[in-house]
Amino acid sequence: MNEKENEPKLWLDRHELQRIFDVLIDDGYEIVGPTVEQGAIIYDRISSADDLPKGIRDQQEPGKYRLEAAGDEYCFSFAVGPHSWKKYLTPPIMPLLRVKQKNSELEIEEVIQKPQKFAFLGVRGCELAAILIQDRLWLDPAHSDPVYRQRRESSLILAVNCTTPAATCFCSSMQTGPACRSGYDVALTELKAGFVIAVGTSSGAALVKRLPLRPATQAEMDEAKQSLAHAEAKITKQMPQVDEHSKLLKKLKHPHWQSVAERCLSCANCTMVCPTCFCHSVDDVSDLNNGDITRVRRWDSCFNLDFSHASGTPIRDTTASRYRQWLTHKLASWIDQFGSSGCVGCGRCITWCPVGIDLTQEVATLLEEPVDVGE
Amino acid sequence: MWENSQSKERSRSIWLPRVVVVDSIEPEVDGVATYSLRAKSEDKDSTQFAPGQFNMLYIPGCGEVAISISGSSHDGTLMRHTIRHVGRVTNAIANLQPGSELGLRGPYGTAWPLAECMEKDVVLVAGGLGLAPLRPVIEAIVSERHRFHKVNLFIGARSPELLLFAKEYEAWTQADINVQVTVDRDPQELGYHTGVVPLLIDRWQPRDPQKLVAIVCGPEVMMDYSARSLQNKGLKGESIYLSLERNMQCAVGVCGHCQLGPDFICKNGPVLKYDRVKHYFAVRDL
Ligand SMILES: Cc1cc2nc3c(=O)[nH]c(=O)nc-3n(C[C@H](O)[C@H](O)[C@H](O)COP(=O)(O)OP(=O)(O)OC[C@H]3O[C@@H](n4cnc5c(N)ncnc54)[C@H](O)[C@@H]3O)c2cc1C
Ligand code: SF4
Ligand code: SF4
Repeated sequence: MNEKENEPKLWLDRHELQRIFDVLIDDGYEIVGPTVEQGAIIYDRISSADDLPKGIRDQQEPGKYRLEAAGDEYCFSFAVGPHSWKKYLTPPIMPLLRVKQKNSELEIEEVIQKPQKFAFLGVRGCELAAILIQDRLWLDPAHSDPVYRQRRESSLILAVNCTTPAATCFCSSMQTGPACRSGYDVALTELKAGFVIAVGTSSGAALVKRLPLRPATQAEMDEAKQSLAHAEAKITKQMPQVDEHSKLLKKLKHPHWQSVAERCLSCANCTMVCPTCFCHSVDDVSDLNNGDITRVRRWDSCFNLDFSHASGTPIRDTTASRYRQWLTHKLASWIDQFGSSGCVGCGRCITWCPVGIDLTQEVATLLEEPVDVGE
Repeated sequence: MWENSQSKERSRSIWLPRVVVVDSIEPEVDGVATYSLRAKSEDKDSTQFAPGQFNMLYIPGCGEVAISISGSSHDGTLMRHTIRHVGRVTNAIANLQPGSELGLRGPYGTAWPLAECMEKDVVLVAGGLGLAPLRPVIEAIVSERHRFHKVNLFIGARSPELLLFAKEYEAWTQADINVQVTVDRDPQELGYHTGVVPLLIDRWQPRDPQKLVAIVCGPEVMMDYSARSLQNKGLKGESIYLSLERNMQCAVGVCGHCQLGPDFICKNGPVLKYDRVKHYFAVRDL
């Protein structure tokens, strides 16, 4: 499924873009893709090419996000925004069980979700990697999530190669982007006159058969390659090499955790926007009319004080300890748990941190210290 | 889209409890009671467990809590849970009556290393309610006593009236278990040894620390100090087993709450080797 650089590709003229939408709708897909709302590019249900952020550019920096109109025809000339696909694969709030108490009898049944057939349009390289990372959790046969599985199995992924990375992106140092590597059904590269299309799976092949495509010319493929090389060169942010992750775990007593804590608001934004963060809580919600109870799953965050406790006492009662838990889990313990880093280099946590904390810099500072500080 | 996706069959949600019935309730020390639960439906396997494992008990409208299995009935149809009523869910459990129904998921987690204990000396160390998850081990040892060599049981509590399962100590002693008890305070001077549990370890002389397995359960500080005392007696960290406690929701390693370093306490634990966790005990707020 890896994109083979020199394999023949297809070409879709820009004015035929709507045809993708038509075919997907015809096939019963609910299309989710980028669209502008309240000053940000989010992922929402869209039904036409007109819903895409045409001619829109994003400016991202630590703690800053701004959209600008470039006035051109490009529909995918921006990097990732505050949403990620986990919003659709693991909804932020989801009912799990319905509980009834009749006399003294207890009845508990599963809430069965209506099957969803999504077409995810505009999935980036880092996001494909994030989905594959979440697969390892939610599809583990030991505790696979039925809703995730159904949605994942039925959804079609139309990826887009990143040609305009943001200043917060560091996918190249995490080996996830800017080009899409694996996990897509089709992958598009947007050029001025249209799209170079690579097919990743037989579902992707079935889709492109129904589109007005022709083989891409060598010139078009070269141009696509160039724009990707250009994107790669634009990415300057890097995650220091932490794959020898024990390095980070030797810094548990480093004074720098405290200095991050002096800035960190413990607001949990970073965990909400992160495409791989999966922590959640389950609570009972009572229906005041009939006394029935719904058990509901919600996204939760290790930045919340009551997230971890033992014998009624919070485990991590300082911001420093919670930031340390987040960072060391993401970059180190994750490797032990799931065989890869939990970070794909999308930069969301940097942009959406209200105070602009940049994990790549915090890691660099933590690793700078020549002597090990606490095992 | 995935190709050749085989699993057209919908998997059952990990969150779905089965309904169980309170068979009987036995008051223990103040604020603690043991609940014997039986399956509501004819589900034979549903009361199988290994000593050290826990269940998630669910009270509608309140929530779920992790509770260790503290024993079973001789015919294996009951699972016992010894519960201290401290908060929202455990106080709701206090309102249950025989015949009441509740939800149960489990058993979950790792077990005490019974097989490793065979043909060896064993030391069991319990603090407070920590004796509850050890009782199934004690019962297993008693039922096959000849397969274990010298067995020691060190029990600590804050005061004599808080000694859990006290009326069973005599039977355990009869079964050739060296039961030693200590309390923090003995205000009525009933003649108990006073001091914390690690002191019982300190004054004890194990035969051969290389052929000895330790099983420790209690508050985290007590386990850490006990494990250090055991190491001072020559035990290796890999032969010392502890049962850790963290709040947990899913019990299968997906909700994220109970993480300690690389481990999800619910699925990699609760029973873990001291070796694996001692570095973490040394870091505050980890
Ligand atoms: C693997 C595992 C096994 C466990 N086995 C048992 C068991 O066999 N028996 C048992 O009783 N508990 C056991 N626990 C602990 C039990 O899960 C918690 O005590 C329970 O979650 C409390 O839930 P709650 O809703 O009643 O209290 P919460 O509403 O969560 O807590 C309310 C208040 O009660 C106090 N509190 C909470 N927990 C404790 C505590 N453990 N000790 C003292 N004060 C406390 C605190 O002041 C807290 O603020 C186990 C936990 C784990 C992880
Ligand atoms: S940790 Fe930050 S950069 Fe890494 S995947 Fe999560 S949001 Fe993206
Ligand atoms: S690092 Fe930033 S986004 Fe994350 S909790 Fe701290 S202040 Fe919030």
